[in-house]
Amino acid sequence: MDLNLTPNLPDPDGFYDELLAAHEGLDKAESDALNARLILILSNHIGDRAVLRQALKAARDSLQR
Amino acid sequence: MADAGYGLAFGLYPYAKVAAQDQPPQRHAVVIVGGGPVGLAAALDLGRKGTPVLLLDDHEGVGEGSRAICFAKRTLEITDRLGAGQAMRDKGVVWNVGKVFHGTDKVFEFNLLPEAGHKNPAFINLQQPYFEKFLVDAIRAAQEDGAPIEIRGANAVTGLTDRGDHVVLDIETPDGAYRVEADWLVACDGARSPIRKMLGLTFDGRVFEDNFLIADVRMTADFPTERWFWFEPPFKHSGQSALLHKQPDNIWRMDFQLGWDIDRKAELDPARIRARVDAMLGEAAEYELVWTSIYTFQCRRMKEFRHGRILFAGDSAHQVSPFGARGANSGIQDADNLAWKLDLVIRGLAPEALLDTYSQERVHGADENILNSTRATDFLTPKTEISRIFRNAVLALAKDHAFARPMVNSGRLSVPCIYDGMPLNGPEALDGPRATRVGAPCVDAPLDRGFLLDRLAGQFTILAINAAAPDLSEVDGISVGQLALATDRHDPTGTLRDRYLGANDRAIYLIRPDQHVAARWADCDAAALRAALNTATGKGR
Ligand SMILES: Cc1cc2nc3c(=O)[nH]c(=O)nc-3n(C[C@H](O)[C@H](O)[C@H](O)COP(=O)(O)OP(=O)(O)OC[C@H]3O[C@@H](n4cnc5c(N)ncnc54)[C@H](O)[C@@H]3O)c2cc1C
Repeated sequence: MDLNLTPNLPDPDGFYDELLAAHEGLDKAESDALNARLILILSNHIGDRAVLRQALKAARDSLQR
Repeated sequence: MADAGYGLAFGLYPYAKVAAQDQPPQRHAVVIVGGGPVGLAAALDLGRKGTPVLLLDDHEGVGEGSRAICFAKRTLEITDRLGAGQAMRDKGVVWNVGKVFHGTDKVFEFNLLPEAGHKNPAFINLQQPYFEKFLVDAIRAAQEDGAPIEIRGANAVTGLTDRGDHVVLDIETPDGAYRVEADWLVACDGARSPIRKMLGLTFDGRVFEDNFLIADVRMTADFPTERWFWFEPPFKHSGQSALLHKQPDNIWRMDFQLGWDIDRKAELDPARIRARVDAMLGEAAEYELVWTSIYTFQCRRMKEFRHGRILFAGDSAHQVSPFGARGANSGIQDADNLAWKLDLVIRGLAPEALLDTYSQERVHGADENILNSTRATDFLTPKTEISRIFRNAVLALAKDHAFARPMVNSGRLSVPCIYDGMPLNGPEALDGPRATRVGAPCVDAPLDRGFLLDRLAGQFTILAINAAAPDLSEVDGISVGQLALATDRHDPTGTLRDRYLGANDRAIYLIRPDQHVAARWADCDAAALRAALNTATGKGR
């Protein structure tokens, strides 16, 4: 399977809201901890190393370094 | 690490002057330098095959002090073949359960409880000095049966000249210096290998910037016989991680991760160590400090383990962090791999090139161990803020969610190495179980009488299951054993079928002297066996 980089989320604004809401009231360290947990949970859910590798690359590439 | 002046736990080979010290250099087929676990195992294996070996050690016995404690099933299988396994099992502490804590919380618990049907447990804990002593005992027993093994204590190798077809060693003894010549030299002289240095060979890898304090204490406590590991332990002054593990004789191993910038001398002050131990065990605990030391560690290996007539084995060739108990356990696999090859080469039954495959196969093993140890170390000692964040996220999630538990890495315990894709491998002509594929060490199985591995005793063996193996007892001077088994008579539990046949009715396996599978077929003729044996002894196809 290939990493899907086309729009795939219903109600993108709603999701974005929920993502930020999950961080509400957290300081930087807590937010970092939450993000790390989220990445691990989602990675396990995806469970496909090839897709994850593409995702890591896409994220890194978008940093342009 | 063996210091120049370490004390002795067991004085097993006191210095005794030999006539050769006053004579011109004598030539030996094999000289092994270093009487640690690896040198002893190699000497024992070669000697039992009838190849004369001289072992030199700079001490007069087994050093005291605690290093390895966890010995894996594969190691016990090998020492069983060498006649030392029973003593180790009798003395060792068998354990199966491990618990992992993060702070005060138990993150999860694992059970190594082996599948049934193996003679040996997954692990025993045994102090390294006992392990070495039992090997020396087995050497003494083998000597009585005529095995040509000689140990010379207090014989320190101080110089080496490589003459191409042999090696000359300078040796220092209490009675002064002398020389010996060796057709083959096996360097089992430990991580600081003087021989490696004399040859100017590199030993590259990663140094981990961390110090670990070991405290072995004697106490009668009713802690269970389990491996307890803490990340960010809750007790005072315990550092980044801590370990508690039982050994024989009511000794408990404690291990505290202290970090990089420490004052070694201050940390070794017994009062300070006791404060840490008290915090871990509770103020009321009564115990005696038996051994303490601080160590740092590296993951590295030599590029090649063979240099002409000189072969490196054990810590001299590769070093790993202790997490995973892969040091001595992999060194014993080196000895297991090397002894039969060297024996055949010395007897003129195999080309010298066979020894190159020792290096290939064991470099492969070392890389596997280094990879596992490095990963464990990165988990244990996160090097950056973000790696600590992920590490702690894994630990936090593991409490509630099964998916994160396999990511918790407090050391992936040593498992046997499989020589996938190596040049000695012959045909894989059986659609059989993966665990016993070509390159794998044979998996044990209970038979109607005894265990399978006890029947594979150090020579090439044709294992025929429900099949008539071609009648072959020798190939170009190399003797071949036959083991014919029938599942309806010899396999009361069905384990042999599960592990060696899978869905097939029958199979023929060619097994190497180190119990690794050289080739396997549903059926084969004598020509196929000969060809596979030639391949397995470095003679090409
Ligand atoms: C804290 C700690 C815990 C460990 N835990 C485990 C574990 O649980 N399981 C495991 O498998 N491994 C473990 N290890 C690793 C294990 O101790 C080593 O891998 C093992 O000792 C290597 O054996 P060796 O025979 O290669 O070398 P060594 O044991 O170092 O033996 C080398 C020998 O050569 C001798 N020698 C050196 N120079 C000369 C010379 N010039 N002339 C003559 N003789 C010489 C030395 O005196 C010594 O006797 C641990 C290590 C440490 C430090």
